[in-house]
This record gives sequence, structure tokens and C-alpha cells, in this order.
Amino acid sequence: METLKLSNVSKSIGSTCILQPTNLEVKQGELVVIVGPSGSGKSTLLRMIAGLDELSSGTIKLNQDRIDDRDPADRQIAMVFQNYALYPHLTVFSNIEFPLKHKGINKVHRKNRVHEIAETLDLHEHLFKFPNELSGGQKQRVAIGRAMIRSPELFLFDEPLSNLDSDLRGKMRSAIRNLHRKLGSTIIYVTHDQTEAMTLADRIVVLRAGCIEQVGTPLELYEKPKSLFVARFIGSPSMNILHYKDLASITGFEAKLFSEVGHKLKPNQCIGVRPSALQIDKLGCISGKVVDIEYLGDECILYVDCLAFKEHLLVKINSQGDPGIDSTIQIEPNWKMVHIFDRDSQKRRVRVEES
Amino acid sequence: MFRLPKLSVHFFLAIYAVIALLPFGIIVLNSFKTRSGIFGDPLSLPDPTTLSIAGYQTLFASTDFLLYIGNSTLITSVSLLFIIGLGAGAAYGLLESKTTLSKWLWLLIIVGIMVPLRLGTVGLLELMKSLDLLNSLIGLICIYTAQGLPLAVFIYTEVFRRFPKELIASARMDGLGSAKTLFFIVMPLTRPTTATIAIFSLVPVWNDLWFPLIIAPDPNVRTVTLGVQQFIGQFTVDWQAVLAALSIAMAPAFAIYALISRNFIRNLSAGSIKG
Repeated sequence: METLKLSNVSKSIGSTCILQPTNLEVKQGELVVIVGPSGSGKSTLLRMIAGLDELSSGTIKLNQDRIDDRDPADRQIAMVFQNYALYPHLTVFSNIEFPLKHKGINKVHRKNRVHEIAETLDLHEHLFKFPNELSGGQKQRVAIGRAMIRSPELFLFDEPLSNLDSDLRGKMRSAIRNLHRKLGSTIIYVTHDQTEAMTLADRIVVLRAGCIEQVGTPLELYEKPKSLFVARFIGSPSMNILHYKDLASITGFEAKLFSEVGHKLKPNQCIGVRPSALQIDKLGCISGKVVDIEYLGDECILYVDCLAFKEHLLVKINSQGDPGIDSTIQIEPNWKMVHIFDRDSQKRRVRVEES
Repeated sequence: MFRLPKLSVHFFLAIYAVIALLPFGIIVLNSFKTRSGIFGDPLSLPDPTTLSIAGYQTLFASTDFLLYIGNSTLITSVSLLFIIGLGAGAAYGLLESKTTLSKWLWLLIIVGIMVPLRLGTVGLLELMKSLDLLNSLIGLICIYTAQGLPLAVFIYTEVFRRFPKELIASARMDGLGSAKTLFFIVMPLTRPTTATIAIFSLVPVWNDLWFPLIIAPDPNVRTVTLGVQQFIGQFTVDWQAVLAALSIAMAPAFAIYALISRNFIRNLSAGSIKG
């Protein structure tokens, strides 16, 4: 059953279109991550759902009720902001209590709710501190608490972790996942960080220049990207894209592609292959020189300079098989993991395996 | 670059402070002297032969000085309340509604900074007369509020413009309307600005002689500054009483400044009144 339903929601300011008409459904208890580069309209979309920005067209329904004409506070939606947006002159307790206080809910009930939430978020010892006495992670938890106290139907998170250092970000990510599991709440989460999207989401919505490129589970997006953009945006390091013109200069590549997977490459197509789908093979058809190595621990990323390609080819291998810098290596793709894209439409035709 | 050593900076500042404070000191000092003491040696401390509190006695015996202080206090505090309340409200409202009309309205208010209200005294006098507000504290409060508003709106606009948008968005999500957001979120967080505006507006209101003299000369609504005038005659001046009255009249402004100067200085150094 869907909780939130966006129909033809769009936004333009003057003649500039920020968001094309968009349709999206979010199911009860689902964590949907909206991801995209800056300027893709993801925050605008979130703010429109929250009621902070007006819609240019379309409707938003929450549990079958139309909400796009209501005030933000009457939408049963709570939002957590990027800079926490805690009220600096109020204590943690008052901050969390704030939304209830202005709804005129009685004091005893308010107090109980705040303590309940402080329990859930492990904030008990900080209740009477002021926001500037807290660390970033604690502030973020208070912000989440202030959102929780309204028991909303839907939580909105606007890049909530981008101000934290990477260690804390990991911790908060798992805290949000746990909270989501514990409360079963429906969450829409905006971020520009694809790792965050991959690790948190039940479903990911990829936005690009005000358009939805693809909606799907993290695995779907990783394995079956619908377009070149999604293919390059999801996954780190990003996918290698090899153009027909360059591939033509590699002896035997096309023939091998045809013999391995039965696809004849056309001039207007290009090939996408993830760094992890490339391996070192003495008989490999691509040869190049290792110019840089990035060690990640048990894996490493080789930056390979191939004469045929303008850009470095990225290869992700086990650190034990590290050939050393400046060595010349032969590379062979895992043919089953090769994607073929139309260059003009940028749409993915097939992953070879499926054809 | 040449820099003054810290000690000499303080030396110059001390000299400046002495120069600035000396007149006030002399006023207070001489208010405790006899008439001949004042004119015999204005700079000396009161000694047993010159010590006298006759000035203060005259003040409280022959005039209703406590009433004047009460009037001044009432006028000043109510005007301040209106200047701050209306100023903040107007600034916030005009900033939030982004229409062309609101921009013009804002400009119209700001023009008031450059046009002295006294130029319109005749008009104001007629207006007050037709509104039946002559010789009333309400009339003076209206005038002072109008006089203080432009600067208050101007300063508040500049400060509110830089107020974190996310906090306002957050307050909206939490169910606060514009007025409540202003009162519960924005105003508490811009307190130094309010202190600055309070000081800027307070001094001219407390010290004003012009409007009380013209609009409200009646003894019942007399202000402190006007009250002092009655000791300054055309031929004789009761200096003891004048100095005593001035000493008392200065006190509140000093006290309030001391109370909120920390905020005031913080705001000045934060560059909030640039412009």
C-alpha cells in the first residue's frame, strides 16, 4: 500500500524549470533515497513534499488525502535538516518538546514523550544541555528526536549526514537504519552521496537535471542501470565507458565480444564495464601500463593507461595480485558483466548476459 | 605596519574617557555645592563650607519632579516597546512577503531615517490637536514611535535577512506561523540587535525637549527635560536646582547603557549596522 503518492509534480521559477513533472509512489515503511548531483532538483522535491516550497503543478497525496494545499505543520510530515536547524536558545529538552508545545499538548504528556524519545535516541544525559554544547552526531540525533515527537506519517531527511566526518557518518547511517527498522517509519532521504544511497535505501530514485532517471532497489541500479548517467553515478569507483571508435583499435575486441556473448557492436554504441568486472589475464585483449595504484586494503584500484583510450581504465583487483606500478598488463573483461549503451539516447540496450 | 603598544592604546583611551565623562562628573559634583561654591571653584570637590543639597531640596519641594521622572520613564519605555515590536514586525513581514509593494513600503519607511521629524512639527501639532492628543502622554508616545521606527526597521531588516533560513523552515514545519516564528525563534536569537536599537532609540526620546515643549507643556504631562527648564529663567538661573535635575535625568540612560552595553558592543563589532 502506498503512503505517499506524487502525481505530475513539477516546479519552475519563472521560465526556468527546476523539476519536470514527476510521478513517484512510496510504500508504507519504505526508506526511499533520492540521489543526484547538485542542482538536480532533489532538495526542491523534498521541500515541496514538506510544504516549504509551492508546487507549480501536480498533486501530492499522503494516505489518500491530498496534502499539497495544506500548511507544512498540518501534513503529518517531519523534516530533518542538513544543518540540524536546532533552536540554539533552547535546551535539548525544549528543542524536542517544541513542536508539541505549540500544538497546546499538556505538559505531563509532553514530558513523557520527550523522555521516551530520549530513551530511543540515547540522549538522556544531554537533555538539559544547549545545542552548542553537543557534538555533530548528538545534534543530529536531537534533530531526529524533534522530528519523531510529532509521530509523523513520513520523515524527510535533507542530506542529514553531510556535515559529519566520515567515521561518524558511518555510525549515524547504521543508527538511521536501526531506527527505521525499529519504528517502521516511512522515510524519504535526500543525498548526493551514492554510497549513502546504496547502503541505506530500500529503493533509490536517481534524479538528473529535474528528471527521474531511474527508480529501483540498490542492486537493480547497480546491475541494470537504465542509462549511462545512472551507470556512472552508482558504484564507486565509477564504471569505465569505452567508445566504439576506441575499441575498434583494439585487435580482437569486437570479435571476442561477438563470440563470447553474440553481440555485434554498432558504431553508435559504447560499452560500460565496472572496475571490478575487469581482471588481469595474460591472454587479455586490452593492454596497458599501470600508472597509479590506490590501495583500499584487501583490494586495490589500478589506474591503467591504455593507448586506445583517452581516460585511464580503472581496474579493481585483489591486493595480492598487485602487478606493481609501471608494469605493463593485459586486461580481460568479464564478458557476462559488460553493459552496452546507445551513445545518442544514452540508454542502456542490454547487459550482454540478458541478450 | 606601525602598531601602538597595548599600554599606550589604553592610555589614549583613558584620556578620551576622561574628556568624555568630565562634563557629567562636573555636573554631578556641582549639584552638591552651594551657589557660591559652584561659581567660586567649579572643579573642586565639595568641602564642608560649600557642601549643600539645596538644589535637590528645591527640586522636590517646589516641583513635582517625581511625576516628571515617571512621565519620562513611561513615555520612553512604551515608545521603546512599540519601536521594537512594530519595527521587528514590519521588518520581518516586509522581508517575508517578496512583492514589489513591500519593497516600496520598506523604502518609504527607510526614508524616515533621513527626514527629521521636527521639520513636520507644525503639521504634527495640527494633527495632534485634531486627534485631541495635545497635552497627553499618548501623543508623545505616537510621535516618538514614528521617530524611532525607520532606523529600527532598517537594522532589523539587515539582521533578519541573514538569519538562518533553515531555522525558519524548521519553525514552519513545527507549526509556527510568521508572528510566532518571529517571537519565539527570531527575536530571542537577535537579542543584541534589539539592545542596539533600544539604546539608539532611548537616548533621543529621553533627552527630547522639543516635542514636550510644543505638544505637551501641561504640568501634568511634563517630562524631566522640560521640568529642568523652569529653573532657567530669562534673568536668573537656579544653577543648584538645574544641576541637581540634570544629575537625576542622566541616571537612567547611564544605568540602561551599563546594563545592555555588552550586547550593544557585540552587535556593533559584528558589523550588523553596516550599510
